Amino acid sequence: MSIDIDTARKVAKLARIRVEEAHLPKLAEQLSGILGFMEQLNEVDVTGVEPMVSVTPMRLKRRADVVTDGNIQAQILKNAPDAREGFFAVPKVVE
Amino acid sequence: MSGKTSMGANTWTIAAARDALRKKEITAVDLTMACLTAMDAGDALNAYVHKTPEIALEQARAADARLAAARNSGGDAPSLCGIPLGIKDLFCTKGVPSQAASNILKGFKPEYESTVTTKLFGDGAVMLGKLNMDEFAMGSSNESSCYGNVVNPWKVDDRALTPGGSSGGSAAAVAADLCLGATGTDTGGSIRQPAAFTGITGIKPTYGRVSRWGVVAFASSLDQAGPMTKSVRDAAIFLQSMSGHDPKDSTSADLAVPDFEAALTGDIRGKKIGIPREYRMDGMPAEIDALWANGVAMMKDAGAEIVDISLPHTKYALPAYYVIAPAEASSNLARYDGVRYGHRAALAAGDGITEMYEKTRAEGFGPEVQRRIMVGTYVLSAGFYDAYYNRARKVRALIKRDFELAFDAGIDAILTPATPTSAFGLGEMANADPVEMYLNDVFTVTVNLAGLPGVAVPVALDKKGLPMGLQLIGRPWDEAGLLNHAYVLERAAGFVSKPDKWW
Repeated sequence: MSIDIDTARKVAKLARIRVEEAHLPKLAEQLSGILGFMEQLNEVDVTGVEPMVSVTPMRLKRRADVVTDGNIQAQILKNAPDAREGFFAVPKVVE
Repeated sequence: MSGKTSMGANTWTIAAARDALRKKEITAVDLTMACLTAMDAGDALNAYVHKTPEIALEQARAADARLAAARNSGGDAPSLCGIPLGIKDLFCTKGVPSQAASNILKGFKPEYESTVTTKLFGDGAVMLGKLNMDEFAMGSSNESSCYGNVVNPWKVDDRALTPGGSSGGSAAAVAADLCLGATGTDTGGSIRQPAAFTGITGIKPTYGRVSRWGVVAFASSLDQAGPMTKSVRDAAIFLQSMSGHDPKDSTSADLAVPDFEAALTGDIRGKKIGIPREYRMDGMPAEIDALWANGVAMMKDAGAEIVDISLPHTKYALPAYYVIAPAEASSNLARYDGVRYGHRAALAAGDGITEMYEKTRAEGFGPEVQRRIMVGTYVLSAGFYDAYYNRARKVRALIKRDFELAFDAGIDAILTPATPTSAFGLGEMANADPVEMYLNDVFTVTVNLAGLPGVAVPVALDKKGLPMGLQLIGRPWDEAGLLNHAYVLERAAGFVSKPDKWW
């Protein structure tokens, strides 16, 4: 599977990474190379094989559905690039 | 201080320092000072990226008090009490920059402490500073860091060599005696490959042995933290402190942690060592082949039985890894959006939230991280999920089964090369295809996919004078047995070379 420039543009958009038009051909070429490398997987007969979901067959631990923390608003906002009046601030969202 | 002088104490092993601290031959403060001095003299290596001397001295003073209290009550302080360590930048450390070597986390100072560093500090360990690495642990040469390259302390000509990656700062710091040991993390070989490139020991434990809580996530089903040290005994001591169940990491195993150091008996008589034929790669340098053969002979001399085994899906490990790891990374790294922490791009008039995300991520992530996020986005996108991601997970199941069959047949440990070459020059891969760089992980990545413990042990110098290591792979949860095998290999190899100090 080779990635064309339109697909590269679409993937960049989905990943929310701005890529300049001039850089799209190189990106498409690199992505194609990596995907070409993955094509080897098509040689493997995976009939009847279940996808691996966990490294060790163990049931994940459950915990009680109770609040164990909270009241740490200042700590949560401490690293925000823009926090105002106890909230994370972002540019206007207009659809 | 009596007896030993603190001069050169930075070159000690953890085990030697522990014994000297307990016997009051040195104080934790003097030991820490020796390491801080070495750290400051080692700036040319670019291993430390955030130095924390104030924290180190405060922890050292507390360690001295604890050692004294233990002595007075006739007991022993924990083994790591007063031991100066370096911490990979991937670990969140409270109030100390933790950037995963990425510009997107510039200025981030966690309000919490990772479980691993909490445990280390709980045992009295001293943090000297944060160590350089590849950005988000994505790389095999430490050239993708926002802090610049780490330089390998090993040097044989005019070239600056890579220490390997992603734990390149940890490897360089340990090899150059800028600390007694360092934390690393390993998603595809990021502890074992740099350990091999710098002539030190590094173990990736079984997935689930060490908590991932507070470690910046790359690929959650593959990431595992482990120690990088000057000896196998040090790895055992260090790993002991890092290991154990953590309710905050749902994949951490609720299993008892055995005494790893006590397992170092040096006796592997009757153990079965598997030699996988698929690891004999086309074009493998003769030196690596000879190194491997020497390792086999050493294990045989120690009384182990050598068994040829087959791990037939080995060649598919790298392509499977490069589907699964980017897929998980694209999900994990979605959180870096310029809202809650780290970098936010300057916006133009009229820019909305989508422009903020796109500009922030374009500025904050380096090229390799961007590539992997986009590969992951692609393989998880509608229409390709089954063709790539699900197929890779099925192949992963087959890779794991290969190992299970070997262990079911009675194999105790598997011996392989650690890396396809010794350290290469910084910049030499700059024009290479990304896939060529990925080949560095060819011997290590299977172990992450199968969730097994693996250790790299330095064995010899190549004809250029650079260290080369071998890898031992153990049964799940058998770090104790694996470390004992590594201990036998270490003693037989007798690798004591150190890089000549040029920095």
